[in-house]
Amino acid sequence: MSSESKHKNKGNPKARSKARPRPTIGVFKFASCDGCQLSLLDAEDELLAVVGAVEIAYFPEATRTMLKGPYDIGLVEGSITTHHDAERIQEVRRKCKTLITIGACATAGGIQALRNWKDADEFVSVVYASPQFISTLKLSTPIAEHVPVDFELRGCPINKYQLIELITATLAGRKPNIPTYSVCMECKRKAAVCIAVARGIACLGPATQAGCGALCPSYDRGCYGCYGPMETPNTASLTSQFRILGQTDDQVSRAFRSFNAWAWQFRRASEECKRS
Amino acid sequence: MSGRGGRTIKVDTLARVEGEGALYIKMAGDRVADVKLRIYEPPRLFEAFLRGRHFSEAPDITARICGICPIAYQMSAVHAIERALGIRIDPQVRLLRRLFYCGEWIESHALHVYMLHAPDFLGYQDVIEMAKDHREVVEKALRLKKIGNRIVQLIGGREIHPISAAVGGFYKTPSKSRLRELVSDLEWALEASIETVRWTSTLQFPDFEQDYEFVALRHPEEYPFNEGRLVSSQGLDIDAAEYEDRFTEFHVKHSNALHSVVRGRGSYLVGPLARFNLNFDKLPEVARKAALEAGLRPPVKNPFRSIIVRAVELVFACAEALRVIGEYEPPAAPRVTAPNRAGVGQAVTEAPRGILYHRYAVDDNGLIVTAKIVPPTSQNQKRIEDDLREYAAQLAAWPLEEATWKCEQAVRCYDPCISCATHFLKVVLQRD
Repeated sequence: MSSESKHKNKGNPKARSKARPRPTIGVFKFASCDGCQLSLLDAEDELLAVVGAVEIAYFPEATRTMLKGPYDIGLVEGSITTHHDAERIQEVRRKCKTLITIGACATAGGIQALRNWKDADEFVSVVYASPQFISTLKLSTPIAEHVPVDFELRGCPINKYQLIELITATLAGRKPNIPTYSVCMECKRKAAVCIAVARGIACLGPATQAGCGALCPSYDRGCYGCYGPMETPNTASLTSQFRILGQTDDQVSRAFRSFNAWAWQFRRASEECKRS
Repeated sequence: MSGRGGRTIKVDTLARVEGEGALYIKMAGDRVADVKLRIYEPPRLFEAFLRGRHFSEAPDITARICGICPIAYQMSAVHAIERALGIRIDPQVRLLRRLFYCGEWIESHALHVYMLHAPDFLGYQDVIEMAKDHREVVEKALRLKKIGNRIVQLIGGREIHPISAAVGGFYKTPSKSRLRELVSDLEWALEASIETVRWTSTLQFPDFEQDYEFVALRHPEEYPFNEGRLVSSQGLDIDAAEYEDRFTEFHVKHSNALHSVVRGRGSYLVGPLARFNLNFDKLPEVARKAALEAGLRPPVKNPFRSIIVRAVELVFACAEALRVIGEYEPPAAPRVTAPNRAGVGQAVTEAPRGILYHRYAVDDNGLIVTAKIVPPTSQNQKRIEDDLREYAAQLAAWPLEEATWKCEQAVRCYDPCISCATHFLKVVLQRD
């Protein structure tokens, strides 16, 4: 039995108002840095309005109140890296009407998926003196490899405004306005000069989904792909371009293998450039 | 709970902490038989996959250890690598890094003081419930937190995992006028922080003091962020390069985070209490005055009073941010060139939760050969267990539910960041 189901509202001295039932939200964490769920607390201007519209039923980072499900919306952060978590996600799925995965760990396996190309046991022995105490799977995998997911919100970290749009749209029963085009579109909208073309900086923008507001290019550096692959990325063409800019195969492979390394488009691109 | 003689305090999912941990305390009568702070957050193995990555990627990759204190990771990473490469940064870059850290401290301390820790003192489950009775307080907290985030966003592009920190400096540095935009907000934040010191000092604190070995950075001229000697209340005074000679980590079965001890001595405490006690004389006048008016003078040995110390550090961070903005001139180049060169470098910086140690060895191609990271929560972990061993005994006569909550509160004094520590919290109090 997972920890969520064991927990009830522990002796709440000031019971929450029950005037009108509001949709309930549960926030669940797997292997991650906590940054994506923190985005909710970082929405300083919207937080009090959000908690007025929904009931936070399970969100251990923010509250001791832990209500049993079911939940109307489940927000899942993190990737699956242990047997226990592989079981726990099944239970979380059963308890959530709508399951939304948030961030690169939950949607693509995260940076910890770099183990997927290596020997996980050797990795554990590098970090821990007594590897026998550590239980971990060989692969770090996204939530959708384990259970059906209703919406995947990309980003490392996610964009808090996209999260609020997604929650609002889900509650209203409409399609969320979350673009799947590339970071290039955001640069064009900002009328920013292309750093790849004008300055020869290797930039993953053409293959990466928008959502960050083209941050890296506006800070004089190439996009490093933290929002993962866009809908139809031409990674082969981008690989050629990286080579023209003087990047070695190892460098190209490393570029695709970061926070969304296990997303299949980036995974394939990282393997192909090493093979050719 | 079974029988009258003993019981178990048990918290399976510790709330209002960053990451996943549990607390288990077994009581035999008035005596504490066992304390386990169990960190079950899955290991993510950063030190292993950093091998073979280029040093320029380390600040972006290690930031992902923690969404609450990414700047700390970026700062320890860049300083350790700069030492490995033997490069020196521009003094204006140094100033800008201090401002960057001020932003993270304000954001993180405002979050912890008001949203994670204050509800314990006032008897609320969370800040949302607290907002129903104390809306103005919560609104102030949110504004304060937002100002910290604005600093981070302005320098780093975004609040979580900012993108501008680079080995040698920044990818891009802001103009003087952009930083000036922060001044009026920071002036408000400074006043709000002084009020926070007053407000936190009116809370009720349990009578609980411990003899800690406090460990923090100490710099000759300033309250520490990125530089200084590593000192302790028991006479330690070393360079970051000597860290592994004087501290050691060991692996306990019940935790996915390693325990840290001072070699030959035992547990120690890092974070706001340690910094305050060891660097009180380096606080700006406005922060020292606020502390003294709140009845706070070093050494503070009651961990529950760390909430006031965090508020004092908020005053410091706002005052320091204003000072930096006044002195800042954009550097001639945003960063100095970082050549591929073999070397080993160590650095310690002051994350909001305490010292964060990084060591990297890089090869001739600039690729990382080995990496070692010791986060603050991992260093405090044994100390938290030691505190609970004493504190739970004091609570032996309390009803189980209240005792459990008090133990959780004691853990939260450390603002533990479990995501960090596993690269850790739940509470179980067993009385049988």
